[in-house]
Amino acid sequence: MTSILAVDDSASMRQMVSFTLRSSGYDVIEAIDGQDALDKIGDRHVDLVLTDQNMPRMDGLTLIRELRCVDRFKRTPILMLTTESSDEMKQAGRAAGATGWMVKTFDPQRLLEIISKALPN
Amino acid sequence: MSDTHTSESSGDVFDLSQFHGVFYEEAGENLTSMEALLLETDESNADDESLNAIFRCAHSIKGGAATFGFQDVADLTHVMETLLDRLRRRELAITSGMIDTLLESGDVLKHLLASRQSGTDAGIDCTELVARIGAFAHGTVAAAPAAVAPVAAATAAPVAASMTEAPAAASASPAAAPLAPGERVLEIAIGPLDQPRLADNVVELFGEIPGLGTIEPSDDGKPDAAQTRHFRVVSTVTDSDLLDLFSFHVSREQVSIREVGAAATAVATPVATPAATPEADQTFGLFEDLPEPVAAGVQAPAAVVVAAPKAEAPRAADRAAPASANLESSTIRVPTEKVDQLINLVGEMVITQAMLAQTGRGLDAVVHQAMATALTDLERNTRLLQEAVMAIRMIPMTAVFNRFPRMLRDLSGRLGKKLELHTIGEDTELDKGLIEKITDPLTHLVRNSADHGIEMPADRIAAGKPEHGTVTLAAAHQGGSIVIEVRDDGRGLNRAKLLAKARERGLSVSDSMSDTEVYGLIFAPGFSTAAEVTDVSGRGVGMDVVKRNITSLGGSVEIDSVEGQGMRVSVRLPLTLAIMDGMSVGVADETYIVPLASVVESIHMTASDVKSVGGTGRVVEVRNEYLPLIRLDELFDVPRSVEHNGGIMIVVEAEGGRIALLVDDLIGQHQVVVKNLEANYRKVPGVSGATILGDGRVALILDVSWLIRRVRH
Amino acid sequence: MNARANAVVNAVVERPREYLTFRLGEEEYGIDILKVQEIRGYEQPTRIANAPSFIKGVVNLRGVIVPIVDMRLKFGLGSAEYNDFTVVIILNLGARVVGMVVDSVSDVMELSPEQIRDTPEIDSVVDSSYITGLGTLNDRMLILIAIEKLMGTAEMALA
Repeated sequence: MTSILAVDDSASMRQMVSFTLRSSGYDVIEAIDGQDALDKIGDRHVDLVLTDQNMPRMDGLTLIRELRCVDRFKRTPILMLTTESSDEMKQAGRAAGATGWMVKTFDPQRLLEIISKALPN
Repeated sequence: MSDTHTSESSGDVFDLSQFHGVFYEEAGENLTSMEALLLETDESNADDESLNAIFRCAHSIKGGAATFGFQDVADLTHVMETLLDRLRRRELAITSGMIDTLLESGDVLKHLLASRQSGTDAGIDCTELVARIGAFAHGTVAAAPAAVAPVAAATAAPVAASMTEAPAAASASPAAAPLAPGERVLEIAIGPLDQPRLADNVVELFGEIPGLGTIEPSDDGKPDAAQTRHFRVVSTVTDSDLLDLFSFHVSREQVSIREVGAAATAVATPVATPAATPEADQTFGLFEDLPEPVAAGVQAPAAVVVAAPKAEAPRAADRAAPASANLESSTIRVPTEKVDQLINLVGEMVITQAMLAQTGRGLDAVVHQAMATALTDLERNTRLLQEAVMAIRMIPMTAVFNRFPRMLRDLSGRLGKKLELHTIGEDTELDKGLIEKITDPLTHLVRNSADHGIEMPADRIAAGKPEHGTVTLAAAHQGGSIVIEVRDDGRGLNRAKLLAKARERGLSVSDSMSDTEVYGLIFAPGFSTAAEVTDVSGRGVGMDVVKRNITSLGGSVEIDSVEGQGMRVSVRLPLTLAIMDGMSVGVADETYIVPLASVVESIHMTASDVKSVGGTGRVVEVRNEYLPLIRLDELFDVPRSVEHNGGIMIVVEAEGGRIALLVDDLIGQHQVVVKNLEANYRKVPGVSGATILGDGRVALILDVSWLIRRVRH
Repeated sequence: MNARANAVVNAVVERPREYLTFRLGEEEYGIDILKVQEIRGYEQPTRIANAPSFIKGVVNLRGVIVPIVDMRLKFGLGSAEYNDFTVVIILNLGARVVGMVVDSVSDVMELSPEQIRDTPEIDSVVDSSYITGLGTLNDRMLILIAIEKLMGTAEMALA
């Protein structure tokens, strides 16, 4: 089963994303911020990462950089969730190593479509 | 946490309204937090941590509001976020005026959210507040809360100088002046406007914000017949960022941006971005190549990052356009009533098809060959249609189970217990309507297990159990029902205590009651064996409401327990409509249905094959194995006029056990539509549902699992 | 006790205006017409093992499984015969649909409050707490029953 790491400090967003993804057969690992995400991953394999930016302890950009240092995450699709599509944010994400970005005001159906686009197959 | 939303949220399959409650709670917490932080903030010495935390509060509320479509909340928090972002980056200094305004916004947000939650109209116009915050964010300080126009007038004077300069510079014919890389020429129309001078505010933006670009009116300052103003703008800023800025003064729908020329770039040919200003196109993008691995701690050189965007911007927009075109979803929203009606009609059709099939059997197959073939086709098509239609409303149990990991974690903390959750059968599907209604009762049952069932870690260790208590949620289909179990490995129920409590409450009980009946006392109103009432699962009031909720869904609930080892609550709910392969058997004059899935084989037999055991039990030898034999006529007390010797024996299997059933005839094998008995009647032991035969009569469906369990004890 | 129970029932149950009247043995009963879904002839139900004798079984009512209760057996009124004239009143009681077998159905009657009297102390097979009053019309006496309440009781064994 394809597994997705969803990182967001907002419980309602996290639950909604998990619910949407799980109902479609994805396995979801939830984390409340960057640090929690790294703790939870451990040795597991993850097929795609969805991460918010502004979170306590470790923010999204830092998490992305950390993940890219780990061999098995060098090529993993990582999507940043942003609240608006500012160029500055996109550039920072790109520099940190994100694969793409997605504005947070999404429709669950759209989320699924975007994820299946980002996953390699 | 009551939530009265019943509206369809985005996508019929994904009912997001279940998350509204969590969002309101969360937003409430964020607002409380934000207020406290703002009150503590010392303008002369604000610390980074607080500013960041306040920012995150607004950011978090905005994210959820935008996703759930709470536009008014999203708009207000968006502009708050913009201000807070500049504050936390120290681009602006915080003032007491800002703090007051932010506190006021917090109050307004509370009202807006409360109205949403109760389904009423807040009746608050935030335009002025939003403009005020926007003014703070752009470094234009409003004197006092006032309408937008006066603010413009107040600031017009200081800015007038730059205003006269800007148009002058712009009027040096942008068309003729060579464009810098990344610069685009845009024609912007703003309107229809009630007050054309609102457009002037937009013009001022270009004077206030360095690097935004240049703007000049292309309509000589007069609105056209549609009350719309037209401007010519040269800017490097993207359409969506321009819209963000303009939206402080005019609403997005009033602005249309059209690119008429862009600087040629080395990388890509100029692309005319779509005339419409859809934010939708800018909601998703992939960076063109996978990023190079970046060593930790090494920041990409800022210069590279900054220079690249000018060239990249057109490409990103370029890619976003085709990407968004492909993302057009191919779903239709359908009201659930239409789906229900469809399901009912198909159900009726299946019954009619069965009647036709029955009638068709009486015809001579050779003479009516075409008819026979057609009827076979009809049966197959009907079955496929039924399966397809049923699948529409069915959603996996994950939708219900999803919330429990978080809930258990919270409970662990609150109760000081160690709790683990296992789920089995998450893929088991359940009708969408039932999913919503079963969530509350299940939540209560899980809380009950955590609160009253599982012991404190020290007690568990003392009892030789693992420190972690386990709560298991299991779901599976059984005949025409779905069975959901909530199990725990806690202290279980104490029969004596329950009886004593019942007597105390004046309920009529007797020591000869079976265990199941005693455990069932928990569902009696006002019953509670908790030593203290906790606020986690409340008084005993909870369990009787749980039972009532479940029975109102046409379901039933049963408790099983072993003291010291744990408890299991089994909830049985009817599936909206189910088809099953069944074998119809004759018992004297009655017809019963045996689920084909449990049938192993059927064998003719004579009386001599049956051996008796212990006087009353009967067994029969099948392939060198002795199986318990149950006569269905005895089980169902079917009146018999003539003694019957021999008959047909059907070997059935369920829950790892096998038994043999004795019937008179094998009538046939066919698809049956499973109907629910409990809707109007009650749960009948040994019967998992009913069906309507081809002749219109009702036949009962055997509950093989029950039978096997009964034989075991 | 009877009068008091009556008062309680009357206070709680809004007295309907129109009643469907039917016969059980020698007695005539009336129930709120709004609870009546339809009236059918009797068809042999599918028997349910171990059910009380007055629950004849279940029938198929246009795809819905409905239990059939024989009121004559339940209350020991008249002889329970099943012939072409036997009538089944299908009741729609909100939470459930139930059919009850009666001897015959008469007509729908409108009763004004003046035509309804309190029930005196009488020995009645139907628990007097479910009798909301006695209707009088010409020579006829109708025993008015709160049928929804009655069907919901444990003794009816429907739940």
